Amino acid sequence: MSEKIGNVWIFIEQEGGAIADVSLELVCKGRELAKRLGVKTEAVLLGDNVGKCVDTLYHYGCDTVFLAEDKRLEPFTVLPYAKVLIDLIKEHKPNILLFGATLKGRELGPRVASEKLAGLTADCTDLQIDDFDDKVNKQFYKNKLMQIRPAFGGNIIATIVNTWDDPQMVTVREGVMKMDEPDKTRKGTLVKVTPKLSNDDVIVKVIERVREEKEVNLKGAQVIVAGGYGVGSKENFKLIYALAEALGGEVGASRAAVDAGWIDHDHQVGQTGVTVRPKLYIACGISGSIQHRAGMDDSKKIIAINTDPDAPIFSVAHYGIVGELNDVIPKMIKAYKAKV
Amino acid sequence: MSYTVIVFVKQVPDTQNITGDAMKPDGTVNRSALPAIFNPEDLNALELALQLKDRYGAKVVVGTMGPPNAAEVLRSSLYRGADECVLLTDRSFAGADTLATSYALSCCANKIGKFDLILCGRQAIDGDTAQVGPQLAEKLKIPQICYIEEVIKLDKKKVVAKRAIEGGYEILESPLPALMTVIDSNVPRPQAARKIMKYKNARTRSELAKDHANANYTDAEQLAVEEDALKQKGLLIYEWSAEDVKADKGRTGLAGSPTKVKNIMSVVLTATDTKKIEPSEEGIKNLVHELIDDHTLG
Repeated sequence: MSEKIGNVWIFIEQEGGAIADVSLELVCKGRELAKRLGVKTEAVLLGDNVGKCVDTLYHYGCDTVFLAEDKRLEPFTVLPYAKVLIDLIKEHKPNILLFGATLKGRELGPRVASEKLAGLTADCTDLQIDDFDDKVNKQFYKNKLMQIRPAFGGNIIATIVNTWDDPQMVTVREGVMKMDEPDKTRKGTLVKVTPKLSNDDVIVKVIERVREEKEVNLKGAQVIVAGGYGVGSKENFKLIYALAEALGGEVGASRAAVDAGWIDHDHQVGQTGVTVRPKLYIACGISGSIQHRAGMDDSKKIIAINTDPDAPIFSVAHYGIVGELNDVIPKMIKAYKAKV
Repeated sequence: MSYTVIVFVKQVPDTQNITGDAMKPDGTVNRSALPAIFNPEDLNALELALQLKDRYGAKVVVGTMGPPNAAEVLRSSLYRGADECVLLTDRSFAGADTLATSYALSCCANKIGKFDLILCGRQAIDGDTAQVGPQLAEKLKIPQICYIEEVIKLDKKKVVAKRAIEGGYEILESPLPALMTVIDSNVPRPQAARKIMKYKNARTRSELAKDHANANYTDAEQLAVEEDALKQKGLLIYEWSAEDVKADKGRTGLAGSPTKVKNIMSVVLTATDTKKIEPSEEGIKNLVHELIDDHTLG
């Protein structure tokens, strides 16, 4: 087959002209995949008055930026975004299309995939290029995107391949891929796109929109003290905050603690939260499901405190303390304060 | 005037409470060790539908795609206040990815007929993909509003709803029909004792046939009569096959799924050299000092 394969595309998410970190992380990963395939890395940027983002995208490694600006593309609503994206896909036939697994990406991706009859894999934790020998259907696919994600409550890791229409589409959580340093000397090509939107594409109206920037910055934190279901109550989370404050860190949480309503989702670490790589991660009362571990096991040093000596969290911990949080945490605070 | 609200739900293995024997030694999932439950956010979707029924008057039709025993979640829906239920079941649906699932559900919605709203939970806990809702909306060519917290207003032409966005919320207005995915933002009502009494004998055709088999009684004509009798009493759970909903079998199940699983690995915990720290004053002091000395802590 001599047909030229398509490029690697990244859907660029922006809010008020600020590019989401996850999009830049995906540009860096996309560039690596494109290099492996010998194709270009291209960004799709939609919005209104977002032209200032273009240079940044070049700096992070985009060869091309498709820019569609229109009042009707601001603020984000799914129908016009899907329309513009599908038109672009049909025209340029990308091979791979990456979305951040954000609220926006997770409603836009499936809408686009459904219309394109393309597969879509959610929340990938790794992406690779490899061949796929589909023995069941006796088909051999060369250089496909290996879409790797935990499944079934995190008890298995599945490698998934899209075998229908291109593009091969995936969503990836923020923080999962590493962001490389930008290179300000890099330049690229701008392709301006005129959105073809009809009234049918803008039937959903935004009446009111209220949002605030995230208060917690887990990704930038050097020290994270995270609490899980073992913390036991909202009241007990004060202990976690006390330790974080003493050590100058941020407070993280497992999904179980967030689901229990003890702490806000902004603090959630793991596959359905943020992926973090601090110098020190202290897991307090966190059993350590694979979804949680996937979000923190690259931390330089991990301390696990848990009453259950068999908790899976100990398997990734550098230091394990089997004990009660109410006992251990005050001792840690005391020891730290005495030393510094 | 009354509205028709379809709620699509899923019976899922309880992945949130996994026990030791959930995985077989060969790394495959031991489904029988996991209890089957009503997907949590689908209960939120059902609750929202029932609230709309209370506020505006609506017929709530609950549908699910699954094996015959998924009828359990449908009976549970009746116990909470649903009016009608449909079990979409066919061998050809097995192995469906999200695209094939949304296609089958779109055929089901079309057979149900005219509707004003479709509600789904945002995502199911066995896959956490959140894809079926938006894909179903696209298949039906209707607008989608995801991450709904509450419906502010519903009239014959439009729905106004509040939904979560990153760092806040939005109030959106959409014409009908529309699809909404619902997040964990309400408290699902419990099953009502009176409704349990009323609907405990609700059956699908297969269940009815099975009851007959147990009674050593297999007259097809008699079965049809009894099915009709159940229907008259409002106790029939409709059971539709791929053929019943006119689904193209090339687009359902494994055959209709663009994503293929290349391989599956069970998670093997790689043992890190974990240093055991005693929870004593001395042990913790030494740990903290070690971390300060190697500049992990400032």
